[in-house]
Amino acid sequence: MDFKHTYFYSIFWPRIRRNRLALCGGGIVVALFVISLLAPVIAPFDPSAINAYAVLSPPTWHHWFGTDELGRDVLSRVLYGSRVSLKVGFVAVGIAVSIGTVVGLVSGYFSGLVDTALMRAVDVMLCFPAFFLILAIITFLEPSIWYIMIVIGLTGWMGVARLVRAETLSIREMDYILAARCIGCSNSRILFRHILPNAVSPVLVSATLGIAGAILTESALSFLGIGVQPPTPSWGNILTSGKDYIEFAWWLSLFPGLAILVTVLSYNLLGEGIRDALDPRVKR
Amino acid sequence: MTTYLIKRILMLIPLMIGITLITFSVIHLAPGEPVEMQMAMNPKVGKEARERLTKFYGLDKPLHEQYFSWVGHIARFDLGRSFSSDGRPVVDKIKERLPVTISLNVIALLLEFGLAIPIGILAATSRDTWLDKGITVFVFVGFAVPTFWLALLLMYFFGVKLGCLPISGLHTLGSDSWGTGRYLCDLAKHLIMPIMVASFGSLAGLSRYMRSAMLNVVSQDYITTARAKGLSERVVIWKHALRNALLPLITLLGFSIPGLIGGSVIFETIFAIPGMGQLFYQGVMSRDYPVVMGILVIGAFLTLIGNLVADLCYVLADPRIRHGEG
Repeated sequence: MDFKHTYFYSIFWPRIRRNRLALCGGGIVVALFVISLLAPVIAPFDPSAINAYAVLSPPTWHHWFGTDELGRDVLSRVLYGSRVSLKVGFVAVGIAVSIGTVVGLVSGYFSGLVDTALMRAVDVMLCFPAFFLILAIITFLEPSIWYIMIVIGLTGWMGVARLVRAETLSIREMDYILAARCIGCSNSRILFRHILPNAVSPVLVSATLGIAGAILTESALSFLGIGVQPPTPSWGNILTSGKDYIEFAWWLSLFPGLAILVTVLSYNLLGEGIRDALDPRVKR
Repeated sequence: MTTYLIKRILMLIPLMIGITLITFSVIHLAPGEPVEMQMAMNPKVGKEARERLTKFYGLDKPLHEQYFSWVGHIARFDLGRSFSSDGRPVVDKIKERLPVTISLNVIALLLEFGLAIPIGILAATSRDTWLDKGITVFVFVGFAVPTFWLALLLMYFFGVKLGCLPISGLHTLGSDSWGTGRYLCDLAKHLIMPIMVASFGSLAGLSRYMRSAMLNVVSQDYITTARAKGLSERVVIWKHALRNALLPLITLLGFSIPGLIGGSVIFETIFAIPGMGQLFYQGVMSRDYPVVMGILVIGAFLTLIGNLVADLCYVLADPRIRHGEG
């Protein structure tokens, strides 16, 4: 643990601190956390309060982002929508990373028949257009945010599995693994205590980028009316009404889309920054 | 080469079996009896359709028999009948939609590669200048833009504000009676926005990939040799370096196919284009299970074929593999 701390403070942190774009991304990611936690405090209106006197009002000093077809305040809805995105991003990626890590570790460590079978399974999963698979599964289940998170996770673990497998293949040949085996460590102890901590960095990068992907997928699903169901506000389903009222109300389309853009961009910048900071080939 | 080809085609068999297994298990996701569950969620389905579904999936038989009889149907290109009121075979429905989706995606793919290659080269050759930085910004923004939002913005700008492009469908009503020239012009106008949206999705990724592939190649010795010979920079980049930099892009072509097919759901739905993606979306919304399952299988097989084609292109393009031991 001590070594990891020195590594973090002496190499990783100085490197990422100089990457202004990554810091910017990281800052926005943190800000989004705060926003979604404090949504009830900072939102100027109740996100589901209907106001028949202010239907489809353009942005004003009162309603910064305008109002929707039921007179609900778009700014408040966008702020509350960040909760959905954050939840989906983290839970879906958590599921994908857990499955991918276990599959990759087992596949890389045991090799042979197990490896072949697992990697063929990865190939098969990659044959399905992910969006098709998600839509098909959701057809058979009642639409709910939990199913969406689970399904996005179940269809997104293959990349992590390949990464972890490659990492495991090289780590398992190291002397310290041999040493661990000599003193009689069990396979699971070697896998999770000795190999996993050293294979974590590529996972960290793909998890950060994966959150961005999951947020995009959720918003597309909600936009199509299969994801988060109204009246719960999500950036995707605000855009659905944006599409219906595209001829009269541009603000309904512009602001939630910008929110998605900025969020996804920040996670991507942060992920790329972490990648560069962890990459020994990039010169300091 | 022949051995490689045979090996590659034999590899498809386990993948195909895997695809059918996964699709088959999706059907059985529904808790309880699939038929009961499905009918409860889709009350419009009558008794007759229920019996047809039971018979098609053999739901009264044990699980392994169900699987084999279903695979038997698939192998004969029998995907069952749609739940919709016309009750037509799913295969026929897909057949009339597939050409639209495939031709749209092929055009989008050509456009993507046609733009991404020069953009990537431009960024690589002007490394660390403002141009390169500008392209990098474009790439990052491009990664983050949700395609359906881009579609909405385009619809608002070109369709509503300027009013110069139609926002839905493939033809103007009554265009059948127009002359060929006017008909094609109308079709092209309808296609501009969907194709922009379809190709924008992977344009950013492709050009970034092209940039790094180019930078990788340019640092190699044979490029230094070419420069030392006194060849102009144009010849060095576009003749010597480009060929090798294009190789990894071919693999990427294979990878981008599932994304394209999946993305067609979004832009076909938004722009009301009668393709496979729209059929799939309608199937999902009306819980028309035979249609959904059929398209899921077809989509996976299309990806498989696309990957095979990309691999073969790779072999044809790279003499090291073509003449190798393979």
